[in-house]
Amino acid sequence: MPTVNVGRDRLYEALQQHYSEEEFDELCFDFGIELDDVTTEKAIIRKEKHLQEDTLEDEEIIYKIEVPANRYDLLCLEGLARALRIFTGKQGSPTFSLSSSAIQKMYVQPETALIRPYVVCAILRGITFNQARYNSFIDLQDRLHQNLCRKRTLVAIGTHDLGTLEGPFTYEALPPSEIKFVPLKQRMEFTAEELMDFYKSDLKLKKYLHIIESSPVFPVLYDSKRTVLSLPPIINGAHSAITLQTKDVLIECTATDLTKAKIVLNTLVTMFSEYCEKKFEVEPVEVISSDGNATIYPDLHVRSLEVDLAYINGYIGVSLQSKQVIDLLNRMQLPSEATIGSNGKSKIKALIPPTRSDVLHPCDVVEDVAIAYGYNNILKTLPRSLTQGKQQPLNHFSDLLRSEIAMAGFTEVLTWILGSEAENFWLLNRKHKEHTGVIVGNPRGSDFEVNRVRASLLPGLLKTMGHNKDSPRPVKLFEVSDVVLLDNTKDVGAANERHLAALYCNTTSGFEVIHGLVDRIMEVVGISNAAVGDTKGYYIAPSNEPEFFKGRQANIILNGSCIGSFGIIHPQVLANFDILDPCSVVELNIEPFL
Amino acid sequence: MVALSDKEVTKAQHVEEVILSHLQTHEEIVNSGEFAKANGLEHDLLLSVVQSLHGFNYVEAQDIKKEAWVLTEEGNSYATLGSPEVQVYKAIPLEGISREDLQKKLDVSVFKIGFAKAMGNKWLETKPLVSRKVSNVEDQVQQQLVHIRNGQDLAAADIDALKKRKLIIPLIWKGYSIRKGTSYAPKRTKAATDLTREVLQRGTWKDLVFKDYNYNALGQPTEGGHLHPLLKVRAQFREIFLEMGFEEMPTNNFIESSFWNFDALFQPQQHPARDSHDTFFLQVPEKAQFLPEDYLQRVKEIHEHGGYGSIGYGYNWKREDAEKNVLRTHTTAVSSRMLYKLAQDGFTPKRYFSIDRVFRNEAVDRTHLAEFHQIEGVVCDRGLTLGDLIGVLNEFFSRLGIRKLRFKPAYNPYTEPSMEIFSYHDTLKKWVEVGNSGMFRPEMLLPMGLPEDVSVIAWGLSLERPTMILYGIDNIRDLFGHKVDLKLIKSNPICRLGMR
Repeated sequence: MPTVNVGRDRLYEALQQHYSEEEFDELCFDFGIELDDVTTEKAIIRKEKHLQEDTLEDEEIIYKIEVPANRYDLLCLEGLARALRIFTGKQGSPTFSLSSSAIQKMYVQPETALIRPYVVCAILRGITFNQARYNSFIDLQDRLHQNLCRKRTLVAIGTHDLGTLEGPFTYEALPPSEIKFVPLKQRMEFTAEELMDFYKSDLKLKKYLHIIESSPVFPVLYDSKRTVLSLPPIINGAHSAITLQTKDVLIECTATDLTKAKIVLNTLVTMFSEYCEKKFEVEPVEVISSDGNATIYPDLHVRSLEVDLAYINGYIGVSLQSKQVIDLLNRMQLPSEATIGSNGKSKIKALIPPTRSDVLHPCDVVEDVAIAYGYNNILKTLPRSLTQGKQQPLNHFSDLLRSEIAMAGFTEVLTWILGSEAENFWLLNRKHKEHTGVIVGNPRGSDFEVNRVRASLLPGLLKTMGHNKDSPRPVKLFEVSDVVLLDNTKDVGAANERHLAALYCNTTSGFEVIHGLVDRIMEVVGISNAAVGDTKGYYIAPSNEPEFFKGRQANIILNGSCIGSFGIIHPQVLANFDILDPCSVVELNIEPFL
Repeated sequence: MVALSDKEVTKAQHVEEVILSHLQTHEEIVNSGEFAKANGLEHDLLLSVVQSLHGFNYVEAQDIKKEAWVLTEEGNSYATLGSPEVQVYKAIPLEGISREDLQKKLDVSVFKIGFAKAMGNKWLETKPLVSRKVSNVEDQVQQQLVHIRNGQDLAAADIDALKKRKLIIPLIWKGYSIRKGTSYAPKRTKAATDLTREVLQRGTWKDLVFKDYNYNALGQPTEGGHLHPLLKVRAQFREIFLEMGFEEMPTNNFIESSFWNFDALFQPQQHPARDSHDTFFLQVPEKAQFLPEDYLQRVKEIHEHGGYGSIGYGYNWKREDAEKNVLRTHTTAVSSRMLYKLAQDGFTPKRYFSIDRVFRNEAVDRTHLAEFHQIEGVVCDRGLTLGDLIGVLNEFFSRLGIRKLRFKPAYNPYTEPSMEIFSYHDTLKKWVEVGNSGMFRPEMLLPMGLPEDVSVIAWGLSLERPTMILYGIDNIRDLFGHKVDLKLIKSNPICRLGMR
């Protein structure tokens, strides 16, 4: 969940009310956001730098607030405060409008299709910035870049002082050597080619270079005088940088995903048109695609969604009247009205503003009714249908067998399914080729060796033994759990197999103890001992596995097929797992017993 | 007490006889040390015998503590060879000797110490040669050391002088003075410790005196094995679900395709949970070999363009992304398979549950692991309401002993409404999150082919968190994984979750 940092005092000012921390926490809980932390700007910096200093009294208190990942309209103080004001009934939902006609045009060149095909634009006229508003405007772009824009891969935002530029604008894609401009925060001109090199050492920007680096053409925006607006998704030009004095702001969003570009643009203009001379009015820009089609952006149209009143009541389990539902939806920024459907049923027509891109389906309207009504005010009921409890036979059987093994004196352990290549192969004296199994493609940075999904329970038991050297002897361990084997008959190409493994460790090897356990397992599952070669019952036959000691190991043959093996662990393997005393081990597949 | 060998037992019996028979004719053994010496007994053995006799009130023993002195190694050598000052004195011939020659005749330290002492005693002259100043000396130090060696007393001033020269060190000597006890008898009848087969069959239990049992000591540890604490908690959760009429889902498939793990759940392909930072993708087997084609088309359609009343996400859905295999990030992947199957088989009301392993590519610490167990409950029925979900959750959690619940609106791509479950923690005095829940979105259910009036409510929590709270474990790796503390498994109490 994204976290938004807002100054407490500014927030309360915007909410037109002062809350105690507890009161505000309650309000957050009811609305579905979370007051995650209370800190100060300087404390955040200190934490980043690992400094130990006390908070000074005059530091501004910052609230860190977690918001739902699909509510981009709550990613800045403006939107958060607006939503809470509306939720607490202090104001109604704003209506956003476009000024009459598009003055500015953006022409898209066909080459952009090769790298970043979409651009959408809008203009905020007569905006008044101050330091706090300006910071919030920049922060919102950062948060959108991180969340919805998926680290600028899907959408990149550029904001410009329109007063420094002259339209019409073009969106082009050119070879990097042909793009030359002074980027933001620099004084020198760079070609795009040079910039890519220059930013390799820039901690903030280097992570975006890969998005266009390997492309023969880079996306770039120009005004009519060939001034570079930006080189998306990397950097804006210095020329059109916005300042506290900027009055008219041009916003451009270039994208590989048009839907998200539109949401990003709408989020910026619906939040910051609040500070425009004509509040909540946005000047549109006409975007002319390479095939000549013109589209007006931003798309601020209000979608209407008709939902049966009965659907809402039935979904939540309440019986509200239309008027009540409308009141509740008004508090959630979904202005609505009552209508009657063609079948004579009561309907609620909800008007979905451009800020609410999270509303996809009537069920989203239902949720807002439920939130405004209060989850904790809903009457508890129970589903009426009678159903039967039932266990999975494999799990049921495993539990019975686990009890038997524990009764035989073994202590259960629970080990990792992920392990290293070493412990799954060469530490067991096994070679790779003999046991190909499931391999993880992206193990975590520090654990890059942990990339194997176990095909045997043995490494887990041996590691547990190695870590419990001081345990009183004999140590008797077991585990009943799944391993994963490649299996071409399964849709995903792999399947689990339920195994049982047990280990005995003492001053003597305990080979006959493990042998006895094998006999006991067969006894409790009702399989009788058979003569070697029989295809009914079980017998054991000498084996030759590298993890076991020669001449003290055997395969377990059930109804003619090998289901597992047991033996004294090879001294080399013991040493590999840092075990000082002899051990005997059994591992078998228990699924054939079912 | 250390067990005695047979030979030692015989010796101990002898000591016991000597003590008891002595007390028959004497009032008291004043000093156990002297008594041992006089009778040729080992004093240590005598002490342990007296302790035992005292325990059974045959004798009454009283502690004697004495500060005795023993010789240090240096003291010992002077007791034998004479004090260094006398050794030096004696090494000087009557005609005198050069200092160097005198030094050569003696041990280095003897010379060094003895020369200084002898000079201090004014026994020597040094000019021009070293010569005797007095005609005769008496070696008092040697005599004193010999006294100490023989256990005789010395004047306090002499003790101090020897102590200062580090020739003697103190030793606390312990012994007893011994008198008859209340149960004194000239011969001990040994108390029986146990009712044995022999005693039973001979019938001697009627006359035997039984030794008192030490009720304060622990009994003998039991033999036998142990089940794992986390799985004991799992067993209780399973029972709660079974009692509530839930059917277990087959979750024995750790490898899942992105299709079932994400796409079928209406989780968009750009969702952050599908990042490599959160999910383990597989190199082998890299991709799912087959996917349910008809259904896949409906899933693609709902993601791209919506349907069933939804506008969808409006992006270009890629089959390649759906084919990517992952280590499942939640057991809800199995729930989606089960619900799809239910739709194909013909809908009937169902309650499903599972408790099994899931995987997250996250940093591990004391409370978080890359592998953990997810507990999941699912109810599918016609016309279920949010009130039903709240009711089921109250029922489920009250069986865990959690009766104070409240719900916070939340976001989850595949449930709407979504609710985080909070319970009031009496010790922490605050509300803590105990699970997540919601109603599956129609965009997930309808493409599966479930009837329109069917709703599905579901909730999930981890198995590890309640277990850690239940057993007061603050590092999950003490419990789960190979760094487990076996003692913790063995001493773990039964899990009473679900008992009421």
